[in-house]
Amino acid sequence: MTRRQMYERHQRRKSITIATVSTAVAILCLYVFVPMTPGWDKVQKSFFNWEVLQKTFPKLLDAFVVNIMIFAWSAPAIAVLGLLIALARNAKSPAMFPLRILGAAFTDVFRGVPVVLTVYLIGFGIPGLGLPRPWNSPYLWGSVALILTYSAYVAEIFRSGIDSVHHSQRAAALSLGLSERQVMRDVILPQAVRNVVPSQMNMLIALQKDVSLLSFIGPVEIFRQAGVFKSLLANFTPYVGAAIIFLVITIPATRYADYLMARQMRERR
Amino acid sequence: MKLFSTTCLALTVLATTAYADTCATGKTLTDGKLTIATGNPAYYPWVMDDAPESGQGFEAAVAYAVAQEMGFDQGDVVWVRSSFDEAIQPGAKNFDVNIQQYSITPERDQVVDFSKPYYTAPMAVLVGPGAVDTPATMAALKSLQWGAVGSTTAVPKLDKVVQPTKAPLLYGDNADVNAALSANQIDGALFDLPTALFLSAVMIEGSKVIGQFAPDSGDNPDQFGMLMEEGNPLKECVDQALDALGENGTLAKIEAQWLQDTTGVPLIQ
Repeated sequence: MTRRQMYERHQRRKSITIATVSTAVAILCLYVFVPMTPGWDKVQKSFFNWEVLQKTFPKLLDAFVVNIMIFAWSAPAIAVLGLLIALARNAKSPAMFPLRILGAAFTDVFRGVPVVLTVYLIGFGIPGLGLPRPWNSPYLWGSVALILTYSAYVAEIFRSGIDSVHHSQRAAALSLGLSERQVMRDVILPQAVRNVVPSQMNMLIALQKDVSLLSFIGPVEIFRQAGVFKSLLANFTPYVGAAIIFLVITIPATRYADYLMARQMRERR
Repeated sequence: MKLFSTTCLALTVLATTAYADTCATGKTLTDGKLTIATGNPAYYPWVMDDAPESGQGFEAAVAYAVAQEMGFDQGDVVWVRSSFDEAIQPGAKNFDVNIQQYSITPERDQVVDFSKPYYTAPMAVLVGPGAVDTPATMAALKSLQWGAVGSTTAVPKLDKVVQPTKAPLLYGDNADVNAALSANQIDGALFDLPTALFLSAVMIEGSKVIGQFAPDSGDNPDQFGMLMEEGNPLKECVDQALDALGENGTLAKIEAQWLQDTTGVPLIQ
């Protein structure tokens, strides 16, 4: 081993030791000093109560299935609608101008209004017009509200992806004799979509949590179920249980998104 | 001289009665004032026009009667607003008592203290315009699409007593249940009887209270109690006051004045 290699190995070992020790000290401080606060017993009984967690966890998992269902049918619809809106906003021919305006208005309105308001307005408002069952179901119109809101964000991300593909690609494709539609479909879109996949993963993770907003208009998903337990047992631990279930799903998703972004950075260099 | 000594004596007597120790002295948040919390908004017939200071409304009247019994004048009562969560969370409260149609349950009793019950509320069934012909029998009720406010004791009542075939939809507050009834997303909802009568008369066109549950229908009837912080020494004063009001008939008089139209609703077979 050269002297340089030995020096670097020593430096690495030192930094790992310091990192481990400082993390251990931080955790120890939390562990020792937080229980010393005057209200810790009450807070622990209210928020971190093991018996309540055990009692409520199975039903919380059942309610989470509702979240997964709503997510499963909303996500593909959002992807498709988002792509269509992005293409509408990028329409080049003058005949398609109304489509451009429509796309711009769509993204402005649905990115501007808070999702909760959209859920209330569409989830209660449209069924209130007098639709027969099952067409007035809160699952249907709540999902529509989510789909409309999230497509607006996803459309903007797709648009930035389309813009990020270098103009030379389009020029080269046109000079080869491809039509506008072929250029978009075969040259630009594949590159654009590949570019924005990490950002879209962020939207996917945000969607997993915003599905809980449908609890305001009736469906008993995990947030509502935790609320029912909170009122029955006068205890906030069910919310902590719900948070744990969310983290179990979203942390792997976030790590995967990070991995995709890192890979994209590496390929770019 | 005689006039002087008589006036001195009179003043001393007056002074002692003015500063006499009542049960609640020194046990309230602010000395000499009783801080009472209620809902935001507070509904009819519990509080009229969302103005508890007026003393109009069943709970407003009961609150002032209890305060009077404990030695607080009408001017010494301070009203604040709170949500259910604020009432049950650990830590200092900003009220002495909270009166908001809280049902006394053993689980809640572990976290907060309740006064003796001041009202026993039967649960009533409110149906929307699409289901007004439903007979008041258990069998007919089972097949309805139910809704309820997620944080109330209506939820376990639905589960245990009604046992509907379709899973109930749960909402955040009365206003959302009203919206769902109007939009025909749910057929029926459970409320305490006075609230159900108010909603059918005022809030939802074409709705009807088709029946109330008999007190011994396999489940304890809801008893409303005033909520206090756990271990609050004021509890015994409030209980004494409620006992006195019950014995001298004031409580029954207040109930007859504000809740007189709760007779005439059929029992569910």
